[in-house]
Amino acid sequence: MITLNHYLLLSAILFCIGLYGALSKKNAIAILISIELMLNAVNVNLVAITKFLTPGDITGQIFALFVIVVAACEVALGLAIVVAIYRDRSTVEVENLDWLKW
Amino acid sequence: MMESIGIKYIWLVPLAPLVAFILISLLFKRFKMLSAVTAIVSMAISFILSLDILRLVLTNHEITMNNPIEIAVPWIDINGLFIEAGALIDPLTAGMLFVVTFISLLVTIYSVGYMHDDPGFSRFFSYLGLFVFSMLGLVIANNYFQMFFFWELVGLCSYLLIGFYYYKNSAADANKKAFITNRVADFGFMLGIIILFVNFDTFNFGKLAEAINASSDLALITLAGILVFVGPIGKSGQFPLHVWLPDAMEGPTPVSALIHAATMVAAGVYLLARGFILFASSTTTITFIAYLGGFTALFAATIAVTQRDFKRILAFSTLSQLGYMVMAIGIGSLTAGMFHLTTHAFFKALMFLCAGSVIHALHKQDIFEMGGVFKEMKITGTCMVIGGLAIAGIPPFAGFWSKDEILLTAKANGFTLLYIMASITAFLTAFYMFRLIFLAFFGEKRSDFHAHESPLTMTIPLIILAVFSIFGGFIGAPFVEHGYASYVYFGEPHHPTPDLMVMVSSTLVAVAGIFLAWLIYIKKAISAEKIATQFAPIYKFLYNKWYIDEIYAWFFNKIVLGISNVFNWCDRYIVDGIAHSIAWIIRTSGYKGRYLHTGSLQTYGLVIFTAVVVITLFLAGPVVGGVQ
Repeated sequence: MITLNHYLLLSAILFCIGLYGALSKKNAIAILISIELMLNAVNVNLVAITKFLTPGDITGQIFALFVIVVAACEVALGLAIVVAIYRDRSTVEVENLDWLKW
Repeated sequence: MMESIGIKYIWLVPLAPLVAFILISLLFKRFKMLSAVTAIVSMAISFILSLDILRLVLTNHEITMNNPIEIAVPWIDINGLFIEAGALIDPLTAGMLFVVTFISLLVTIYSVGYMHDDPGFSRFFSYLGLFVFSMLGLVIANNYFQMFFFWELVGLCSYLLIGFYYYKNSAADANKKAFITNRVADFGFMLGIIILFVNFDTFNFGKLAEAINASSDLALITLAGILVFVGPIGKSGQFPLHVWLPDAMEGPTPVSALIHAATMVAAGVYLLARGFILFASSTTTITFIAYLGGFTALFAATIAVTQRDFKRILAFSTLSQLGYMVMAIGIGSLTAGMFHLTTHAFFKALMFLCAGSVIHALHKQDIFEMGGVFKEMKITGTCMVIGGLAIAGIPPFAGFWSKDEILLTAKANGFTLLYIMASITAFLTAFYMFRLIFLAFFGEKRSDFHAHESPLTMTIPLIILAVFSIFGGFIGAPFVEHGYASYVYFGEPHHPTPDLMVMVSSTLVAVAGIFLAWLIYIKKAISAEKIATQFAPIYKFLYNKWYIDEIYAWFFNKIVLGISNVFNWCDRYIVDGIAHSIAWIIRTSGYKGRYLHTGSLQTYGLVIFTAVVVITLFLAGPVVGGVQ
């Protein structure tokens, strides 16, 4: 029997993988993908909680759809920025992209 | 009661000159004659309305000092602070309105001739308009606040007009001196009316009079009275704040006549009369006023004896006469003070305008470079002699009656010392006035000049003022029934019984002064130089105006600048030091702290994530640990 806890555990694992990727990857595109993972972890959470706690409603599902839409936009934007940075710097290694400092 | 046009349109009395000021300064600046005509017409409107008010007050015996007409509209109404803008019509106001508008009109007409070739012709007339507006607003005020407001405005006009020739350094210095000296005095005045308002909750003259009558707090009344009196000390040039008035002669001569002789400087005396009850309620205040006035009268007269500049002599004479008026108020006679103010306005304006006429013709101001001017300037000379006789107090000229009334009151009220001082002043006044007249107008020419009589616009005002200087005193002469004293008084009309002894002695004193001047400067029986060398220390002391300016300069340079050096040091090293240290700490911590910004987004993300974890653990800790 799969309970809410299983879903939450799955979501937590997904989120941690995403977080680890976002904080440790060198490649900007890999970071973007990691962020997607984190977003999807949230989606799993939303859907699962709605299903188990308020079975009649579909609030979570709708919210998850919104997140997917926003995520799509974000990726489009993010990739565009990455392309722009690549044109400027010929690299997408985030170690080199540190000009937001003193 | 309200059938008078003057009362109905009382607002026009001050507003007409204001309109003239605005029109001239905004529109007519390029058109010389149009500016002058606008100014004259506006003053004429004020003058006619004032005449009507005077007529009403003289014919309608219901309007008395104790039963004035009051018209007022709310001006400022913020919770707890209610101030009116209003007009208070009683014989005192009516008389003063007449004097101010009359002299203003004549001086404005005179200025057309005097300022003829001046590049600032229109500017001059616009300032005159502003001044007359301010002065009339001050005169009709029904409360201290309005009076203070206009009091400051006349101060501003005085500043503007003293510095009329602003390209001259001496004029720029003089107007600053006048403004700053008056600021000092006005501050006292302001403190006084604030004390009155805080304690009695009103600025209105009538309500304050009732409140002061009912009050038993003598210390408060004395304090408020003396502080308010500081205002007149500055504006009416009483010792020790008189220093600005002689320097104010840097302004054009019509200004000296209008502002620094007849009207603005008399505003202080007018204030003393208007708020008389405040001063009279405290013996300390009123005695202080009397002796300060008496001292100023004598003090300024002694200086006038030694001066050489035509206008400066007149300025010191003005100071001396203002001292007389203040003394008259101080010895308890509002009537005598205001009466002398009125006659003085006529003859002092006359003499200043004569001075202007002479200066206009000769382009000289030193009386020792003149001499024999009378032959070439008959009208001016005659008018000057009339003015001299009036101020010296020779019967039946105007000054005699008013001066006599002051002397009489001093004697009757038992101020023997003041009576003696005033008599000495009268002697000195006669002497220095005729020293001026004999040196400038008679004898032989002492330098090369071509005098010519001034144009009609200048001589006609002179003649009118001369007529008033001869006959103006009769309004208050003892043999006139229902004279000045039955209109302008405090409490009950009071006629001091004429004292033949006082009349004769004051006349004798004046004649003696004139005779001495004649002996020295015409007959040359006594040598002025010899006296000057024999009493050199006294002569130098008087010639340098009792060294008051030098004392102020010393006080300012050593004491004020010394103290400000201390404050400067404190400001530089303590206040600035604290501010700079704080800035230094923040800047240094910024320099060190900036290394936290690596520019790597992943580091930032890690920090944020760590923080979230810590906060979550902190919040969730009790729950997970099973405390709750």
